[in-house]
Amino acid sequence: MSDHASKVMPMRDAIARFVHDGDTVVIEGFTHLICFAAGHEIIRQRRRDLTLARLTPDLIYDQMIGAGCARKLVFSWAGNPGVGSLHAFRRAVEAPGTAPLEIEEYSHFGMVARFSAGAARLPFWPLRDYMGTDLPRVNPRIKTVTCPYTGEDLATVPALNPDVTIVHAQRADADGNTQIWGLLGVQREAAFASARVIVVVEELVDEQAIRSDPNRTVIPGMIVDAVVVEPWGAHPSYAQGYYDRDNDFYVAWEDISRSPDRLTRYLDEFVYGVPDRAAYLKKQPHVTRLKAKERVCAGVNYGY
Amino acid sequence: MMAAVAARELRNGEVVFVGIGLPNLACNLARATHAPRLVLIYESGAVGAVPERLPVSIGDPALVTGSLMVCGMADVFQCMLQNGRIEVGFLGGAQVDRYGNINTTVIGPYARPKVRLPGSGGATEIAIHARRTLIVAKLGPRAFPERVDFVTSPGLRPQGRLRRELRMPGAGPVKVITDKAILEADEATGEIVLAALYPGVSVPDVQAGVGWALTCRSGLAAVAPPTPQELRLLRDVLDPKRLFLKQ
Repeated sequence: MSDHASKVMPMRDAIARFVHDGDTVVIEGFTHLICFAAGHEIIRQRRRDLTLARLTPDLIYDQMIGAGCARKLVFSWAGNPGVGSLHAFRRAVEAPGTAPLEIEEYSHFGMVARFSAGAARLPFWPLRDYMGTDLPRVNPRIKTVTCPYTGEDLATVPALNPDVTIVHAQRADADGNTQIWGLLGVQREAAFASARVIVVVEELVDEQAIRSDPNRTVIPGMIVDAVVVEPWGAHPSYAQGYYDRDNDFYVAWEDISRSPDRLTRYLDEFVYGVPDRAAYLKKQPHVTRLKAKERVCAGVNYGY
Repeated sequence: MMAAVAARELRNGEVVFVGIGLPNLACNLARATHAPRLVLIYESGAVGAVPERLPVSIGDPALVTGSLMVCGMADVFQCMLQNGRIEVGFLGGAQVDRYGNINTTVIGPYARPKVRLPGSGGATEIAIHARRTLIVAKLGPRAFPERVDFVTSPGLRPQGRLRRELRMPGAGPVKVITDKAILEADEATGEIVLAALYPGVSVPDVQAGVGWALTCRSGLAAVAPPTPQELRLLRDVLDPKRLFLKQ
């Protein structure tokens, strides 16, 4: 493991060093803590032929598909949560030929199980699922195994071991010991499953702050390759205790993504047209309205 | 009306796997009326959620604040759902068929879809594991075809086989709550059949919104309209901005 100080780097350097053309890339986060800052930097650096995997592709993968970064999408629910469709994704799937996109589809439990297998370095994970459904028919990677103890047939899904997983979090220390609160999604499993891990945080804190509350650490520094400090890096997604979801933007994406021209104009203005996250934020000062209210918890006694 | 009817299906103290939109309204209405001890679980990991605002998505931060527990999604699916802890699951979809199978994946062929829908999310496993499920969907010939184009969430008789032959732990869809009537599971045939009518609705009205010859239970029940208290809670307290209550 490299020495601690060298892990902290700007987003540009982290993406340049750890995300390569053709990689399987996971930017996880279930509605909460979706790292748009990393997705935008991958678009800016014009990565190509990526396999993008995530339970809910969300707006960030719709933008990356629209920008031409993706060769394949691995997912379990591809919609705009609470709003409607992801139109760049739909165009690629409904009208192949214009922008071919291979898809590999599971349910949420299937994707969670894939990351669990990947994190445990097992080849597959068994689950009681998929009987009577059409998913195994269209995805031959969903198979069955007979339990050697009970004789029951169980569904199996293959391990998912990404080349790189990017996790947004509230805080980490310089070594990448990372603390998350609020919805945890499948970030822990996705990080442990991955060959490389980039952690992007709202705040860099001293190791002592982490040590004062170790139960809140979701990802240990030993599996982290890069720590990027990027306040508001999850916008228009949210960070519990920092800022709320920008639901207006999620609603606006319905119209933006519906038109390839508008999507291109959006990327030109807010992704290609800015050098980094700070410049992106400077263009939309109104996001400060989303700043979180205080609901601080009392903490616990770790003494003995 | 649909939200009020769905709320009445929930019993105090039950553990409910909540979806966004109408099921979320129904669960919070039940909590505000006859079922204050209802335990709301969202697939995002919030357990015992008490949202102070109507969540716009199932990952809303308001589900976290004040909840009993927040866990990762592996725990939700393995330790809660597959463990058998979920008593009621809500499901909806673009298509619901004669056997209560639901399609939220594609309209048309999978490889060349006419309309690509979002896919399963957690619906497949909720349909399999929840002890019973409630389907919420508006009637219409396109929404209720005889056979769905794709079985995302298995109903009472997916692919011609009954649930127990397929060793599914849950009972499947016991009721389908629509905008005109309540349909129920018929255990013997594995079909969903007409069980109760909303005020002012006739059997032909319901049949017009279903793509097969609907069987009627003998002695159809009448669904009581929403009470003034239910309407006041829905309109003034739970969804004052009319995010989900369109009519």
